[in-house]
Amino acid sequence: MIYNFLNMDGYGLYVFSSFIFTLVSFAGLYLIIKSQLIKEQKKFKAKFGSLTVDKVSAARAQKTNKEILAAGIFSKI
Amino acid sequence: MKFFNQNKILNLSFRSQKIILIFFLLILSIGLFEALVLSPEDYLQGDAVRIMYVHVPAAWMSLGIFSFIAFLSVLVFIFKNKNFILIAKSIAPSGFIFNIIALVTGSIWGRPTWGTWWAWDARITSMLILALFYLMYLMAWRIFENKNYVLKVTSFIAIFGSINVPIVKFSVDWWSTLHQPSSVNLISKTTIHSSMLIPLSIMTAAFVLFSLLIFLMKYNTELIKIKNKGLDRL
Repeated sequence: MIYNFLNMDGYGLYVFSSFIFTLVSFAGLYLIIKSQLIKEQKKFKAKFGSLTVDKVSAARAQKTNKEILAAGIFSKI
Repeated sequence: MKFFNQNKILNLSFRSQKIILIFFLLILSIGLFEALVLSPEDYLQGDAVRIMYVHVPAAWMSLGIFSFIAFLSVLVFIFKNKNFILIAKSIAPSGFIFNIIALVTGSIWGRPTWGTWWAWDARITSMLILALFYLMYLMAWRIFENKNYVLKVTSFIAIFGSINVPIVKFSVDWWSTLHQPSSVNLISKTTIHSSMLIPLSIMTAAFVLFSLLIFLMKYNTELIKIKNKGLDRL
């Protein structure tokens, strides 16, 4: 039964290679974008952490920074 | 314009990413089960028809996303809102991947049905041209550093490349090609049986969710990049 499913009357190689290519492409793109996001988040965290007290309050006042901080990603900041 | 407020989208996207990922995996699993197990084989193509469940949604998505990018590029010139171009930039990688998937799976599907991996027919060639436009669009963001210049170049590529979109869509009607005419139509009658239309719809929904997930992650990355530059200026 499993053999019949995998073989698909001789079309199994074509069908499964198409599906595997699609899933691998999805996984690849997801991992690339995720790693870019994490890299930028780390940069943000490092830069925010190195600011002086005055600059921190100025940065916190920036609306988008507020949103990033509120999202809980940079909990240590 | 408040709807396109960067902060609102950023806040919303942070919260919704995990939910979308879970929904995507769930719908993809159902779609794969429907496509590989439950859906019937074609009376002519046999089980090879199952490639349709990844090939067709990928082609639809790549066409739809490029059209959307071109539409956003036009809006940039009308409303002078650069957030539109940020949205366009963030959605482009998934469109490109869908285009590559459509080309590769189409090539794999062509072998058992047409007896060849590749043919220079109107549909396949115009899809390849679309992939080149995607590539030019993505490369332009990497190559040019001047903000105003890159905005103009990418908008030009998107608007000029959108001419190719109707060519892809109607190539099977305008020229004699190896491709069959469209089976799923919004205006005229859909000729595909529901036993195949259901898995096709589920897989399309999964692809839409994947695209949305990638868009949100990429959009967040771009916004944080902007904020990093802002922190440098403090």
